[in-house]
Amino acid sequence: MTKKMKLSQLSDILQDLDVESLEGVTIEGDIELNITGGGGLNPALAYALGNEISQISLHMANIGRMLGFPAEQLFASAFGLGEMPQPEALPTSPKIQELLASKFEVAKVDNWKNPIQEVTLGATSGDGGSRKSTVTIGGENALPYYFDAEMPHRNYVTMDVFDMPIGMAKAVKGNYEDVINDPAEWAKKVVRDFNADMVTIHLISTDPLINDTPAKEAAKVVEDVLQAVDVPIVIGGSGNPEKDPEVLEKAAEVAEGERVLLASASLNLDYERIAKAAMDYGHNVLSWTQLEINAQKELNRKLMKQCNVPRERIVMDPTTAALGYGLDYAYTNMERIRLAGLMGDDELTFPMSSGTTNAWGAREAWMVSSPLNQDSDWGPREYRGPIWEIVTGLALSLAGNDMFMMMHPTSVQVLKEITQTLYGSIESEEIDITNWVGAEV
Amino acid sequence: MKINSPLEAYKFLPATNCGECGEATCMAFAAHLIDRSHKLTDCKPILEAKFKKKYEELDALLAPEIREVEIGVGDKIAKIGGDDVLYRHKLTFFNQTQFAYDVSDTMDEKDLVERVNYIQDFKKFYVGNFLTVDMIAVRCTSGDPAKFAAAVKKVMETTDLPLILCSFDPAVLKAGLEVSKDRNPLLYAANKDNWKEVGELALEYDVPVTLFAPDDLDMLKTLAKTFAEMGTEKLVLDPGTFPTGKQLKQTFTNFIKVRRAGIDGDREIAYPIMAVPFTAWMAHDDPVSASYWETVVASVFTIKYGDIMILHSTEPYAMLPELHIRDTIYTDPRKPVTVDPGMYKVGEPTADSPVLVTTNFALTYYTVESDIASNKIDCFLWAIDTDGIGVEAAVAGGQLTAEKIKKGIEDSGFDMKKDTTHNTIVIPGLSARLQGDVEDATGCNVMVGPADSGRIPGWMEKNWPPQKK
Repeated sequence: MTKKMKLSQLSDILQDLDVESLEGVTIEGDIELNITGGGGLNPALAYALGNEISQISLHMANIGRMLGFPAEQLFASAFGLGEMPQPEALPTSPKIQELLASKFEVAKVDNWKNPIQEVTLGATSGDGGSRKSTVTIGGENALPYYFDAEMPHRNYVTMDVFDMPIGMAKAVKGNYEDVINDPAEWAKKVVRDFNADMVTIHLISTDPLINDTPAKEAAKVVEDVLQAVDVPIVIGGSGNPEKDPEVLEKAAEVAEGERVLLASASLNLDYERIAKAAMDYGHNVLSWTQLEINAQKELNRKLMKQCNVPRERIVMDPTTAALGYGLDYAYTNMERIRLAGLMGDDELTFPMSSGTTNAWGAREAWMVSSPLNQDSDWGPREYRGPIWEIVTGLALSLAGNDMFMMMHPTSVQVLKEITQTLYGSIESEEIDITNWVGAEV
Repeated sequence: MKINSPLEAYKFLPATNCGECGEATCMAFAAHLIDRSHKLTDCKPILEAKFKKKYEELDALLAPEIREVEIGVGDKIAKIGGDDVLYRHKLTFFNQTQFAYDVSDTMDEKDLVERVNYIQDFKKFYVGNFLTVDMIAVRCTSGDPAKFAAAVKKVMETTDLPLILCSFDPAVLKAGLEVSKDRNPLLYAANKDNWKEVGELALEYDVPVTLFAPDDLDMLKTLAKTFAEMGTEKLVLDPGTFPTGKQLKQTFTNFIKVRRAGIDGDREIAYPIMAVPFTAWMAHDDPVSASYWETVVASVFTIKYGDIMILHSTEPYAMLPELHIRDTIYTDPRKPVTVDPGMYKVGEPTADSPVLVTTNFALTYYTVESDIASNKIDCFLWAIDTDGIGVEAAVAGGQLTAEKIKKGIEDSGFDMKKDTTHNTIVIPGLSARLQGDVEDATGCNVMVGPADSGRIPGWMEKNWPPQKK
């Protein structure tokens, strides 16, 4: 095959031959260079032609080098340059004078097709409750804060209130000493002073091994809290599997219509009673399992199929372990649950809640200093505790957790700041980091 | 890696089942290549000349999607990158995020040495090991190459930790390289203005180099492509870490995009990523707020794809959570998190020694064990089979019950009445509610220990030996 073409065309073609596109290119047949004019050209044209030819030979030589031929030596000897000192650059890397432009592209994830269920907590007077506002969580079409799909709702924080004084880390306790005997005042304080989106009232005194407070009496506390604040509430039992169903039934009854979150239905208690209480009095159910994705599926299935809880009334708590105490498990469990939901597992497409307060169980959060003398100094615990709660919650927010049950006001403030920053609702002054290396700190 | 089944790897192996790699068969070895628990070089026969072609083909197929880059030399060499997945449960993340803490060349020499020593000595015991931090980033704030070189030299005299040389001025970087070239430091950074000079330095000294293109992924990829063409793939990508607001959200998006593109097979951008939580200090004046925010930003990018980062705060309340979140994310999820249920002797227990009960969750067990052992308390410690769930959750979930405790002790052939003089079991403080049940089930005296095992020594002083009833 012979083809005639103009020099400049050939030069243009070769211009585009960067290393990438050379791969697999075969040069077939002869290329006839049909140069007319020869010696009779005017000097300017001859110079231009000479330039084209030299450029071509350079490209050709480069191709030769890529194919492994030491073309530079050929040039050197042909032009008598053999004795010239070689430049410092590596023999295989020609000096590059201009950036080789490349455009960044990445695809969106194509198998996140199943949205997470939206669940609304709290009911206003228009819906048969008395809350001033409601909170809606869920509805995601992607992992949290990802560019693949906008996240419809921000993360929310519900702060813990207990129906009796309990042991707390010193850093936490300092914030609640004035209200520790009054759950209603306690609830007011977290909403008014600490910016809680919701309140969780834990009826722990009902535990037969603690005070064995009768369910009816405990329900009174729920009424007080509903009176004291107008945000949506969560009602927690004591964790005693025999007593909790009764306690939550009574609590559900006095909170009728408020669309609270009943915490919790689990596989080790009579979840049917919890589910029924939620259905009878218009509430949501927290489906709590322990770090086991299949147990979570099973309980959700039972709540839906056996107890007829509608999808929009289920929130999951797959269990939160503290930073350093099994968070690796809790994180991956949540991440797997969320990914499975997005990819179409209908038994896992529910918003999630985390008992982030569990972070305070880590000794790093509350101990004065390390019990091991080989450790470096742990520093002041009043700063260590809140950050332990923050990082525990933050990790789970990235795994897909929607709602956080928390305890320390600083933790709540910082967790809200970072999750809402990633959500995209925090404005701040732009900072120029171009020369951060020289920053004075 | 480009293949995902053992069969695909097996095709390239010698198929002699020689056993030199420690596996019985080549197929078993192939499975370990796929889960990356063996290296191809563990197969000695394939290194022979006759298998050269197969070795090279398989080696290319097994190469991780994200290139691995080494910084430093000798024992302290740090590897970053090397990942194959976007989610840790799909395999595991490799080469944990390296934490570099900064010093500057305008620091007083005594302060600099003190800070470097503090950084290299920082340690935290955890599940049988010490968590430590990794590198020193020397920042040029003087603008003076000689001063920078002197600071680098001082750091090198003080520590063997790997170094990052930070300046955008090639003359400064060159001065730093002249004193540290034998330490294989990481250069920080080439950008759109200085890339030619910095690129030449990276090639001349054969060291890894960071490419910095704040919030400009096209430029980042352009730089990476150009550097690869120039002859180096020892690259680290810094897409810019903006500390607050919408800019931080964009930073998050950039990290996700770069890593996803790399794992999806875009070789031009498949390099380790650097985060610079240090920039939190440009947004906060108050040191506690700055430390907190830096820790928060560091946590986000430890979880989401930062392979190396430069930090400033050396407050324990910043370093401890940073170390733990890194451990959280890089712990191999395929490793068991339980210990074998049964009796463990701590120290040299006798019939007078206490009998303690805990769960078989590895973390709980090791924490209790180290607290007891480090305080030289001799005892019998039972890891009760709770399916690897910790005490508090196991009590709530019914995995730690009186029956389980009774069975656990009996199964190990231990007889409380004969093998102890006190017939007393100490249960964890967080399982206090089981006290009565355990007494009924076992017929032993049951004492409730502290809620945290760190308090066992104090508890023992007060409560052991038990009063005779």
